[in-house]
Amino acid sequence: MQDAFVSFDRVQKSYDGETLVVKDLNLAIGKGEFLTMLGPSGSGKTTCLMMLAGFETATHGEITLGGNPINNIPPHKRGIGMVFQNYALFPHMTVAENLAFPLEVRKIGKSDREAKVMRALDMVQMGDFGGRRPAQLSGGQQQRIALARALVFEPELVLMDEPLGALDKQLRETMQFEITNLAHRLGITVVYVTHDQTEALTMSDRVAVFDDGRIQQLDAPDVLYEQPQNSFVAQFIGENNTLEGTVAEMHEDMCVVRLDDGELIDALPVNVSEVGQRTKVSIRPERVEMNKDRLAPDAHTLKAEVVEFIYMGDIYRTRLRVAGHEDFVVKTRNAPDQRRLKPGERIEIGWLPQDCRALDA
Amino acid sequence: MSDATAGNLSQAAAEARRDDAAQTGPMLAADGRPLKQSLNRALRAQKLRALALIAPLLIFLLVTFVAPILDMLFRSVENQIVSETLPRTVIALEDWDAEDLPSEDIYAALAYDLHAAVERRIHTRLGSRLNYEETGLSSIFRRSGRGIDDVGEGYADQFIDLDPAWEEPATWIGLMADPDWIAEQAAWAATETEAREPVFQLAPGIADLLPETADAYRSFALALQAEARNPDSPTTEEPWNTVFLALYRDLSAGAEVGAVEGPEFARAEVVRLQEAAAAVASFTPVDLRATFADIDEGWAEMPIWTTIQTFSDPYTAGYFLAAVDLQLTPSGIEVVEENQRIYMLLFQRTMVLSLTIMGLCVILGYPIAYLLSNLPLRTSNMLLILVLLPFWTSLLVRTSAWKVLLQQEGVINDLLVWIGLVADDARLAMINNQVGTVVAMTHILLPFMILPLYSVMKTIPPSYMRAAKSLGATNWTAFRRVYFPQSVPGIGAGCILVFILSIGYYITPEIVGGRTGIFISNRIAFHISDSLNWGLAAALGSILLALVLVLYWLYDRIVGIDNVKLG
Amino acid sequence: MTLKSLLKTGAAAMLLAPAAHAQEMADTVTFVSWGGAYQASQINAYTDPYQAANPDVTIVWDESSPEAVARMRAMFEANNVTWDLVDVVAADAIRLCDEGLAMEVDHDEILAPAPDGTPASEDFGDLIVSDCFIPQIVYSTTNGYRTDVAAWEGRTPDSVCALFDTENFPGTRTLERRPINNLEWALLCDGVAQEDIYDVLETEEGIDRAFAMLDRIKEDTLWWTSAAEAIQFMADGEAVMGSSYNGRLFSAIVEQDQPIEMLWDAQVFDLDGWVIPEGLPEDRLNRVLDFLYFGTDTQRLADQAAYISYGPARNSSAPLVGTHAELGVEMAPHMPTNPANSERVIVFNYLWWADYRDDLDARFQAWLAQ
Repeated sequence: MQDAFVSFDRVQKSYDGETLVVKDLNLAIGKGEFLTMLGPSGSGKTTCLMMLAGFETATHGEITLGGNPINNIPPHKRGIGMVFQNYALFPHMTVAENLAFPLEVRKIGKSDREAKVMRALDMVQMGDFGGRRPAQLSGGQQQRIALARALVFEPELVLMDEPLGALDKQLRETMQFEITNLAHRLGITVVYVTHDQTEALTMSDRVAVFDDGRIQQLDAPDVLYEQPQNSFVAQFIGENNTLEGTVAEMHEDMCVVRLDDGELIDALPVNVSEVGQRTKVSIRPERVEMNKDRLAPDAHTLKAEVVEFIYMGDIYRTRLRVAGHEDFVVKTRNAPDQRRLKPGERIEIGWLPQDCRALDA
Repeated sequence: MSDATAGNLSQAAAEARRDDAAQTGPMLAADGRPLKQSLNRALRAQKLRALALIAPLLIFLLVTFVAPILDMLFRSVENQIVSETLPRTVIALEDWDAEDLPSEDIYAALAYDLHAAVERRIHTRLGSRLNYEETGLSSIFRRSGRGIDDVGEGYADQFIDLDPAWEEPATWIGLMADPDWIAEQAAWAATETEAREPVFQLAPGIADLLPETADAYRSFALALQAEARNPDSPTTEEPWNTVFLALYRDLSAGAEVGAVEGPEFARAEVVRLQEAAAAVASFTPVDLRATFADIDEGWAEMPIWTTIQTFSDPYTAGYFLAAVDLQLTPSGIEVVEENQRIYMLLFQRTMVLSLTIMGLCVILGYPIAYLLSNLPLRTSNMLLILVLLPFWTSLLVRTSAWKVLLQQEGVINDLLVWIGLVADDARLAMINNQVGTVVAMTHILLPFMILPLYSVMKTIPPSYMRAAKSLGATNWTAFRRVYFPQSVPGIGAGCILVFILSIGYYITPEIVGGRTGIFISNRIAFHISDSLNWGLAAALGSILLALVLVLYWLYDRIVGIDNVKLG
Repeated sequence: MTLKSLLKTGAAAMLLAPAAHAQEMADTVTFVSWGGAYQASQINAYTDPYQAANPDVTIVWDESSPEAVARMRAMFEANNVTWDLVDVVAADAIRLCDEGLAMEVDHDEILAPAPDGTPASEDFGDLIVSDCFIPQIVYSTTNGYRTDVAAWEGRTPDSVCALFDTENFPGTRTLERRPINNLEWALLCDGVAQEDIYDVLETEEGIDRAFAMLDRIKEDTLWWTSAAEAIQFMADGEAVMGSSYNGRLFSAIVEQDQPIEMLWDAQVFDLDGWVIPEGLPEDRLNRVLDFLYFGTDTQRLADQAAYISYGPARNSSAPLVGTHAELGVEMAPHMPTNPANSERVIVFNYLWWADYRDDLDARFQAWLAQ
């Protein structure tokens, strides 16, 4: 990317000289972008963040910030704001002193400093808490202060390392909203690390899904959800039904897959190109159709038996036995025309070919 | 905002509760008792259980720790020995003007006291006690113990010359003893039992008639009976010469023995007494002062009398004064002579050296603790064992090792001479002086600094340093502003531990401290086990204790005692 | 017969028993001594033979003699005396006796006479310095010097005054960290006649004179608190001369073959012996007395000299002193009492020091610390 604000260029990282925790990472982040690094623990996302912050050095490759390589610049000269997992508020300083700290080390005058601290506190609605110690604040309040501290010296880039991990669900949702709001309002670039996919989907402009030291897919949240590029991403993002089989027919924009028990289904070829290839097909539970009338007349259907029916208020969640597996889930809207299925009932299911993605095995 | 809302809610709830209480009066529990009472009852059971759990430790501490400290505090002011050993003399001296030698009356009081003390063998102890205040008194008392029999001898001879019956114990018993006691004693003597003789009782009225004699005879009789190994009976022993002295004094003072009548006294004794009363005027008087001066010239000089008078109170500040190089003299509190001032110097030296040791421990221990807390657990555990190694080595081995290393013919000096840094005839003195004490004690006390530091540093997450750096602080600033303040509780705990341990140390300074490297504790140990001046040792110990408490208080004021973390 | 009277007669019978039958004697007793070679010599010469004759007896040793007076005072205050026989120096024996902590004894009654029938009190003679004290040995605090000091250019000290002569005998000294002995030597070497020492020390000018003398070597002296330290200093070459106990010096010179020589001039005689704590229970007292009769007889005292070079306290033991038990060295020449060694002797003046100790010690320690 030409106008990349942050870029990783073929970056590798190894701690022990034997295994790579980050393998050939290439990533460009635009100015003002909210980018989330999402992945299971050990996938290399935090290591990437730490390399960007300067606390780890890249074993190979180059990281640039604003066009300048920063590999050899110590952390305190990078001017990157950072929010830590457990906030890392200095316990021996008051909230105001915590916020003033980055300004002090930058030798900003006292009056200026106080004004900036006040503004930052107001920004996170914590204006009255300047004299408190971090230990006297609740988790959510500490989170706000940590955020304010990372922003008070007006960095262009802010890194956040699972900042909401310690909060309860409700608070987390409020904070997600506030952080994105603030980031867009201030126009800062945010690199956000989380293992919570909902967080990633709701907050980000783009999400980089990490696994095994590589970015598996880098896309906007909707693309990531609707069009996973491989079975890891399909599995990791949202709920997903997976069926295994072999490509039986290959057409231009659809293919037929023979499942391992011999049944045929329609699918969209994503990572398959020729007949005979092993594949995992992925169907989102809400895209499964139980009403045959809505499918094409020649569409393939599968026989299924209801194993369990769960009433969840807004939706019904039905677990089916399909092609020998008992974990096939269907979600249907709670609507007047929807019947509540009973365990043991036998039904037929199908889907539009474009909703069923044939991915790598 | 959700937090704000939560705050409002809880405030509202609190208000609601208050309203509730206002409306219904005291809250009642289910059984109708006031809630507070029920709660207290429930809590009391809990408190009692907690108390029962700590009771063994509490008792243990009271017995082994609190009681000895109280005993020490008491000993540092206790001075009953003077008034207990010389009760009559102390009273007699109350009105003495301390300008001329005391009157014969006071010498007589001394004679009675001293004789009783000698029999109880406590006079030399008093001598040692008073010798702390005035050199030479110890031997006066010791010699007086041997010579006390001479006092009153002249009168005894004259009474016996007058009537040999005065030599007979029975004469005295008849005169002095309560008839009831005589009967009891006779009954006791008739049965062969291991029980002690009934305690001697004076005849009623005799104390009014012959006050000094009755007093002297009573202390004679009780002293005989109190003898631990082979108690004697006044019925079989001739009284001490001081009893004759008393009798002479009573009779010459004009005791109205002519008026004696009635059934309490045997007639023969009364007649004998009246004869003696008539005769005393013709007795050759004996100069008591001269008698005492014959025993020891010190008794005819002022210092012993002024010292007894000055230290006659049952409690004294004398030990505390001595502990700060002051002394109580008849003319008030004075500074001791310059060439005997030692305790203030030693207190000061103890403080300075302890602070030096503490400072060195911080300087040496901090980097080690920092390293340990940042290493993987397995490595740091191994290094911790090395840190603890001094604990597991016997004190003597450690100290000998330091001697081998530091002495003038030792390894380090040999090395320096061999390298050529130091001339062979100018070897460095690194032991048997303050350097030796500081080096050896720093080594010994270092673990007490490292362990609390380590345990505090272990709890400082590395993210603080990272946060500081990400906020723009250099390594040094981040350490100074963020890491160091958080490790202060560890430094505080280590300093308190090291300092308090250090000011109480005495074995190591004794062995490696030489002339200039010894502590106040060495003097305390000396007074406990060598000079046996326990009062002074207790006073020194109390001052040390007070110093520690003051420093502790200061620390609390300056740093805050909450800022001490042992782990 | 009532129970009470039964108990009474029983108790009376027990009291009368010792006179009638063999005495009740405790089988376990606690002896207190100094540890080290000295205690070993007591075990070899006294208690091993005694236990051989009385196999049922167990002797527990407590090495607390250095703080015996303090410990006994504490025991008496707590009314729990666990010691049965205590080895102390004469000064401590006098203190213990004065305070009634030690038992007064009749030496002729409880101790064996000399082989020729001389009563014990005559055999010990003047050494019975207190009624509670049963002397064992005469030891001395004397000086030693290294024989290999190059700076001395062949001169060897022949007088205690070499201590103060840093010109002819340069090097570090080692002296005991207390005024006793040091002040006497200082005055002696300042020209005070031996018999006037204590008179002079009683005056302020006399004390000043003594300290002025000590000032000469203040910076050149290592001050010891245990006699073993002094020997170690001399053996390591840290000190070239200094004081210690003659037995310690003997062991360094003869047993360990160190390049050290004795300097007997103006040695200070002191005594060491037993005291019995006051108020022992009958059975323990009987055992202690039984042991003492055997353990302080002429032969036993002479035997002790085979293990350590301290002079036996009985006159009758002197001719029996033989050779060292292991080295076979003739012991007589190494005894402090040997005429060749005792040309000039100071006898430790217990009474004088009892008076002046507190003051002079304060002054000495102040002098040291400054």
